[in-house]
Amino acid sequence: MCLLPKQVAIWRRKCKLHPIYSITLTRLKEFIRRPEAVFWVYFFPILMVLVLGIAFRNQTQEVFPVDVIEGPHAAQMKQHLVQSAQINATIIDRESSRKRLRTGKTTLAISARDPADQRSIDYLLDPQRPGALQVRNLVDDRLQTAFGRTDAFTATQTEFDEPGGTFVDFLVPGLLGIGLMGGGMWGVGFAIVDMRIRKLLKRYMATPMRRSDFLISMLISRLVFMVPQVLLLIAFSYFLFDYRVYGSLLAVTVLVFVGAMEFAAIGLVVGSRAQTLETASGLMNLVMLPMWTLCGAFFSYERFPEFFHPVIRLLPLTPIIDSLRGVMMEGESLLQQWPEMLVMVAWTVIPFTVAMVIFRWRD
Amino acid sequence: MPATVSSDPIARTGSPAIKCEGLIKTYPGKPPVEAVRGISFEVQQGECYGVLGPNGAGKTTTIEILEGLLDATSGSAEVLGMRWGSNDASIQHRIGVSLQETRLSDRLTVGEIVSLFRSFYAKGITPEEALRRTSLTEKKNAWFKTLSGGQKQRLAVATALVGDPDLIFLDEPTTGLDPGSRRELWDIVKSFGAAGKTVLLTTHYMEEAEQLCDRVAIFDAGKIICEGPPRELIRALGSEHVVEFSTDRPIEQSVIDQLNKIPSVDQVSSTQADCRMSIGQPHIVLPELIRQLTDQNYGLTELATRSASLEDVFVAKTGRHLAEEV
Repeated sequence: MCLLPKQVAIWRRKCKLHPIYSITLTRLKEFIRRPEAVFWVYFFPILMVLVLGIAFRNQTQEVFPVDVIEGPHAAQMKQHLVQSAQINATIIDRESSRKRLRTGKTTLAISARDPADQRSIDYLLDPQRPGALQVRNLVDDRLQTAFGRTDAFTATQTEFDEPGGTFVDFLVPGLLGIGLMGGGMWGVGFAIVDMRIRKLLKRYMATPMRRSDFLISMLISRLVFMVPQVLLLIAFSYFLFDYRVYGSLLAVTVLVFVGAMEFAAIGLVVGSRAQTLETASGLMNLVMLPMWTLCGAFFSYERFPEFFHPVIRLLPLTPIIDSLRGVMMEGESLLQQWPEMLVMVAWTVIPFTVAMVIFRWRD
Repeated sequence: MPATVSSDPIARTGSPAIKCEGLIKTYPGKPPVEAVRGISFEVQQGECYGVLGPNGAGKTTTIEILEGLLDATSGSAEVLGMRWGSNDASIQHRIGVSLQETRLSDRLTVGEIVSLFRSFYAKGITPEEALRRTSLTEKKNAWFKTLSGGQKQRLAVATALVGDPDLIFLDEPTTGLDPGSRRELWDIVKSFGAAGKTVLLTTHYMEEAEQLCDRVAIFDAGKIICEGPPRELIRALGSEHVVEFSTDRPIEQSVIDQLNKIPSVDQVSSTQADCRMSIGQPHIVLPELIRQLTDQNYGLTELATRSASLEDVFVAKTGRHLAEEV
């Protein structure tokens, strides 16, 4: 299990182990002996990449469903549309089409305002819906041409296929951030509450174990757990989705370290007083759930009103994701991430100080 | 004779291992809970001292104050000549603690847990030695969660003694254990005494205290109701035997008054059809008891005589049975 078992055994016989070493080692052993924990920490993020990566892959040729409302010219309209490989036109009655629009089964319905005039075309769509305008333009183009519009020129198209712009590239830093947050909450906060409930913390307090040794060991074991977490996620995304890190790996390492410290400190606060698992999981959800949605892990927080952006940027999860994206996707340098790092350091120092003041060690 | 002087623990050591005076612990609340209401006692070095009493008597609160895990509301506590609050680590290095209920890490082995605790102490015995002394050597590689209740308790004791302490605190070490496991733990505690260690243990089993302790303090409602060597406390009752019997119908008060007049009977108490007599000499009381019951047409369904125990001391002092409150 350990490095150089022979030397360790000799050393162990000669003198006792350092508490930091022994606490860290037992934390690691406890973790790897819990297969479900290993699954959630290491393989769940990979599954997320797999599922979301496939669901949101950049499709080479997408086919859009388009509804043609029943009427005298419907069949002809459909004829015009099916000439485009990207359009899948269906003739359907008005009521059914409205239902399909509402439920997202189609994004566009076309009809003639005047049954006598096949050129009185009306597009029915929800412009808020992703892709709706794109489909409208595609259909409009198709029909204008069919009804006689001539193009001013014919452009050629060259496909850009450098890796980097896919959803996976966006997702990996987000999942890393989520993983760091979960690790701090579960690996530090929940673990401490569990020890408190077991009276193990109290038992430790009856020994000469130094509190600082205990806390340092909790941090070290967090950092050790995290290394495979990061490497597995990046390696997996690389092999399956041709994922690339554009910035320096050193910068990524530093950011991950700072992020791990940040969430370890927040986990420490969460676990500092709770005496039941219910309180602990309540607090953890209070911390994690809003950040899952707000901080841009799965979709950019730019979608929220601009008014909220400064607040969102001050939440603990946003700066780690933003700075990782900056380095990993855009190839920025570590120095360019200083505002984010400042926020993360603040989220490390303040919670740690608060935790040390309010921590329940003995009961 | 110098030999007898040196074997006397007080003379040998000078200062007591534990000395507490006027300990009071009040938990805030509405109304405030007075868990400990003025406890004073001393434990000499090398002594095995038992704190006895029903649940809620303040035993755990007192022991945790002495272990440095609770702050007393008032009063003073001195452990190994030192006070909590100034240099706690130097006390902690010299004491071993087994809490009433600690669930150690489920997925660590017995050996790993003891090594972990060993790493906290500057000096101590090897983890292997701690396991040997608690008969856990064979379980070294077993996960904590696979252990039986008795093995878990012994492991708790192993973590207490791995730092080779001068003073060991055991809070209800045998509660919930089967008789076999209990006896195994008694042997371990007796071996501490043989090694000259001081032990403070709490229990609500009176026989355990009689077996193990040089002196006991009986706690009730946050106070010490009596203190001394178990044999002396029992002897102080005056009656060294107890007769307990049951009859086929409730015994009338007039009969009890009659029984009280039998020579060598000190006290008779009864509930419904169960009766209990504190007596001096069974050979005088028993024939007379049987004769009187037969005369009154009572059928005797149960009859037992035994030596008086600490349980009887508790009954005599409080009027309650200890067993009923556990």
